[in-house]
Amino acid sequence: MIEFHLDTRSGVAPYLQVVHQVRQALRLGLLREGDQLPTVKDVVARLAINPNTVLKAYRELEHDGLAAARPGIGTFVTKTLSDASLAAHAGLRRELLRWFANARRAGLDDESIEALFRDCLRSASGEEVA
Amino acid sequence: MSAVLETSALAKRYGRRWALSDCTLKIPPGHVVGLVGPNGAGKTTLLHLAVGLLAPTSGAITVLGDRPAKGATQLGRVGFVAQETPLYAGLSVADHLHFGAWLNPGWDERLAQRRIEQIALDPRQRVRELSGGQRAQLALTLAVAKRPELLILDEPLASLDPLARREFLQNLMESVAEHQLSVVLSSHLVSDLERVCEYLIVLVSSHVQVAGEIEGLLASHHRLTGPRRDLGTLPASQEIIEATHTDRQSTLIVRTDQPILDPSWTVEQIGLEDLVLAYMGRAASIRGSRPAFLRVQP
Repeated sequence: MIEFHLDTRSGVAPYLQVVHQVRQALRLGLLREGDQLPTVKDVVARLAINPNTVLKAYRELEHDGLAAARPGIGTFVTKTLSDASLAAHAGLRRELLRWFANARRAGLDDESIEALFRDCLRSASGEEVA
Repeated sequence: MSAVLETSALAKRYGRRWALSDCTLKIPPGHVVGLVGPNGAGKTTLLHLAVGLLAPTSGAITVLGDRPAKGATQLGRVGFVAQETPLYAGLSVADHLHFGAWLNPGWDERLAQRRIEQIALDPRQRVRELSGGQRAQLALTLAVAKRPELLILDEPLASLDPLARREFLQNLMESVAEHQLSVVLSSHLVSDLERVCEYLIVLVSSHVQVAGEIEGLLASHHRLTGPRRDLGTLPASQEIIEATHTDRQSTLIVRTDQPILDPSWTVEQIGLEDLVLAYMGRAASIRGSRPAFLRVQP
């Protein structure tokens, strides 16, 4: 079983924070197929958040095929993420490291690299939405 | 299912002062609704109208599809905790539960006992010996144990320390999870509401400034920063909520459902607190009682 936490200053919607934390736990192997997620009541009682927030997060995980609800019992993990995603990371990581090296060679300092990275990330996710 | 709270052009006047004007709202059921605004904005007036402690000067209000406090049935469907959680100082916790059981046909004694145990209250203790947090928890327990469909709480957190606030909200959210309650709670602090509310009403100087589901509100409000420019050149679809300028930069908070295409703007999401402050600032500057909302430019 994992425990959720909430960062109200992050600007990330609370339900997304729960989704991210489940995905992260899956990636790190803290959660595996068959594990039960905390019940809505437990999460609500611990974090003092709206139950609909938790329900929404769990629905999103179900929609992504990562979890499934068993009525009257709880929500369970239906997929293990760690192996597949780590393998996929390796390639992306190499490319990103190469890109960072290029950026340094072009004379960018860490702060400029970070600004550029964040700006691109934002416009890329903006395009996805539009 | 009918709206939890529906008002149309609702208004309340005390003598010559309008405490609430032109208030039109429709709140769907099953939400935890935050009512925010500065002190004296009209929050308590709106809540008192909803529970039937006040009658409107003009306009209409229905709660759960019926007139507030229409009869015993309607009274039983709405739970209300007034500001400062009024309880009887000389009576014990157990006395209050007896009272609750006598006065409320739908009283759930098992729930009441379980809650009292959970929050570790001694039934023999008198209310005057309880801490502020314990008093608030007792008042909440009484309101929840009558098993209302709608729970209305007026500034329930104002007098509580941070730990008591958290415990109160935990207790409240557990009740929401267990009984599918609709809740309306008021506060002058946004940070109290951010975790628990999914619907927001901003009330400033007797007028509703904005109301809606928080997720939708956050998605439709953006902060734009860019070179200084004339606001007349913005597309009509972008409503300006807040605008500040330096000699070369303009910073705006706009509301729009359209994508922002102008490449000269840097577009950022805003948080709930900034959104509420922007509307409060706008209301204050329209009223002219305060200078336009200013923010120091970094």
